[in-house]
Amino acid sequence: MDRSGAWPSAFCYRVLWALNLKSLKYEYLEEDLANKTDLLLQYNPVYKKVPVLVHGGKPISESLVILEYIEETWPQNPLLPQDPYDRAMARFWAKFGDDKDSEEPSFMAIFIIVGEEQEKAAKEAKEQLKILEEQALGEKKFFCGNRIGLTDIALGWIAGWLDVIEEAAGLNLLEAESFLRLHAWIQRFKEVPGIKEQLPDRHEMLIYYKQKREMFIAS
Amino acid sequence: MQDRPQIEGGMEKESEVVLLGTWSGGYCTRIELALKLKGIPYEYVEEDLSNKSHSLIHHNPVHKKVPVLLHNGKAIAESLVILEYIDEHWNHDPKLLPDDPYERAKVRFWANFCDQKFQPSAHNIMITKGEEQEKAIENFWEVLKVFEEEGLERDFPTKSPFRNGDTLGYLDIVVGSIACNFEAFNEAVAEVLNLQKNPAFYSWVTAMKDCSLMKETLPPHDRLVAKIKSIFSLHPSN
Repeated sequence: MDRSGAWPSAFCYRVLWALNLKSLKYEYLEEDLANKTDLLLQYNPVYKKVPVLVHGGKPISESLVILEYIEETWPQNPLLPQDPYDRAMARFWAKFGDDKDSEEPSFMAIFIIVGEEQEKAAKEAKEQLKILEEQALGEKKFFCGNRIGLTDIALGWIAGWLDVIEEAAGLNLLEAESFLRLHAWIQRFKEVPGIKEQLPDRHEMLIYYKQKREMFIAS
Repeated sequence: MQDRPQIEGGMEKESEVVLLGTWSGGYCTRIELALKLKGIPYEYVEEDLSNKSHSLIHHNPVHKKVPVLLHNGKAIAESLVILEYIDEHWNHDPKLLPDDPYERAKVRFWANFCDQKFQPSAHNIMITKGEEQEKAIENFWEVLKVFEEEGLERDFPTKSPFRNGDTLGYLDIVVGSIACNFEAFNEAVAEVLNLQKNPAFYSWVTAMKDCSLMKETLPPHDRLVAKIKSIFSLHPSN
């Protein structure tokens, strides 16, 4: 089984985490998105994007579609609850914050916005985080309940990426005092075996996002 | 015979299935099709999106949109999430999604494509004029071409008119609820879907449109033409 990814895409990490949580073996192929391989174009002709999971020669694209495929093909350590209503909620929240077009959750676009627009975007972002904390997470340990699940994986960008984006953009969205539960979740998430060993290097990410921000501002 | 309880104020009977929707909303049509296919009785409540009811805001506080399915007092939003819920909770035949995980991945992928590429490109035609509209139409045709070549030909090579064997399935419902309104769209805006340009897609859509279930569930043609025209005319010319 191969996985094509592009560092540090949060969507690619979703798939890596799911594979790790199910103790699955895989081969990882890094794609240079500025110079896409024939393999990627063959496996994802519609969007030409990562992540792509290839299993038994058959390609699957779109991170959330891949997660459902993994869940259905390898039922051990289930990532979705049994009850249909709980599953519906898990899926609803998993999609929250995803932008249809970009390589990252729409949230992350905030790091390239400046000035007055940034203030507005920051306010909206905080509201979205509030909704996630109060309605999606509530008093639970994980978004999916007592154990880590599909929603936690899908929202993993909050744990690994958000604070880097904030630093790169000079923002403080997820204030510790205002988001106690989300902060607690982030700590828990990062400690889960399968996630812990597979988090992108923070220092390198910061360099990457700072550079990206500078490029956007310059243009 | 008991009176049906009112919906306002959270007085729904616990076992009722209620759909909050709008008559012209394609995403709402999806849910009605699914419920009817499964033989699930439901109550339909028409929402006025310019004047949202307490019920809608209460049950979909996050997005405040339709469709919302209420079942056993619990609310589910997002049409694709609702469809999977219906298939899982009422898991008798006909199944909406295929059994095989890889086939399921394919229909989910193309359902997303419908919502992320197909529907927005059609919507763009509706809200533009002149040269901008011509570009929008070109873009729409490119999207259809991808749908035909990568979707219909590569991922779903089948002799059946539908993507799920002999009955309407998940992908038919997802695409048909939007695309089967093409005649109203052609009349109100511009003729963009025709047999010559996109024969495979056109044949699929007309086959779905010919189903009695689809016919009785789609919004009425003339009313829809009038509505599309009113949206179209709201946008200023270039």
